[in-house]
Amino acid sequence: MIKVIYRNKQWKVPGRRTVREVIEAVGLNPAMVLAVRNGKLVLDSEMLGDDGELKLIAVISGG
Amino acid sequence: MILKCRKCHEPAVVNMRQHKLPLCAAHFLEWIPEQTQRTIEKYRLFTRTDRVLVAVSGGKDSLSLWDILKQLGYQADGMTLQLGIDEGLQYSDQSHHFIEKFIGDFWPGSILHTVDVKSAYGESIPEVARRTDRGNARPCSVCGLIKRHEMNRLAHELGYDVLVTGHNLDDEASVLWSNVLNWQIDSLVRQAPILPADRPGLARKAKPLCRCYERDMAAYAVLRGIAYIYDECPFALHATSLQHKAALNDLENKHAGAKLQFYLGFLNARERGLFTLPEEDAPALRTCERCGQPTGTTAGLCTFCRLWDKKQAVVK
Repeated sequence: MIKVIYRNKQWKVPGRRTVREVIEAVGLNPAMVLAVRNGKLVLDSEMLGDDGELKLIAVISGG
Repeated sequence: MILKCRKCHEPAVVNMRQHKLPLCAAHFLEWIPEQTQRTIEKYRLFTRTDRVLVAVSGGKDSLSLWDILKQLGYQADGMTLQLGIDEGLQYSDQSHHFIEKFIGDFWPGSILHTVDVKSAYGESIPEVARRTDRGNARPCSVCGLIKRHEMNRLAHELGYDVLVTGHNLDDEASVLWSNVLNWQIDSLVRQAPILPADRPGLARKAKPLCRCYERDMAAYAVLRGIAYIYDECPFALHATSLQHKAALNDLENKHAGAKLQFYLGFLNARERGLFTLPEEDAPALRTCERCGQPTGTTAGLCTFCRLWDKKQAVVK
């Protein structure tokens, strides 16, 4: 399972699918988040394993 | 499948689907300033001999814009407003912290002009909003009014050639969306990457990031290492503009490039004269007798100056 973190929310979702599919699985829009894995930006098309953490950054933010 | 950078064939970290352009970090950090420069030239926003005042808020767009303009060699100073928004989060203080950190980390010695609204006028933004009837207890309307007035005042009084803001393509597309939904003809006529200083008391205003997606500006800040205020303003939750952005991004997710096409189509139509009012329909503006800025009010003071007059009336 992959741990997905977005703002103050967390989910555990099955892996072995793309970043885009994981983002959609937690009900978010891939056009509105950036995905970070191991401290680095990753593309929507990247295939994930079945463990680890995916941090999602909202692109709409303060200011 | 691993996407490769279009320029160097290293693994890409950003894929701008609207341009069908995957790039690695190094080439993306070059591409955004190049795109900004193309926008500055295309819409003739300003030149390298102009003195530029950047309105910074501590958010990703304005800090990135300041960074990009400095990299491109523009004479860019910053200005910020201390709005006094706390709501248990010290939102304004945090915003200011990120601006100071940015200057220290990237461009030490940069000039930053700060206007503290409470020190200058006696009340913070939430306090003005509570006292007046504008915005139904939400200060966004008052905040917008005060920001526009003070940014214009500072740029004009300090003799800057142009005031620039970090509005990105998503900001512009959502405003356009709202203007079209409500058929705000006057607003459609005024919406442009550049607003000329065509009246006394008015500063020239420009939006150099208007062709950059919000997602790409967030990626720029992250890859460049710019720390910025991540939380939305506590008063912006449920704002209609955020709902409009979400609606446009639903479309974008299914049809890459939809937002870009929507906004650029509008600008092209504008260039062809589709959004111009006959001269007799242009809004009649006069000069406020106190602050000297243009106003659409029919007599006496502008809406900004009336805000503070009401305060005096209450105090008396």
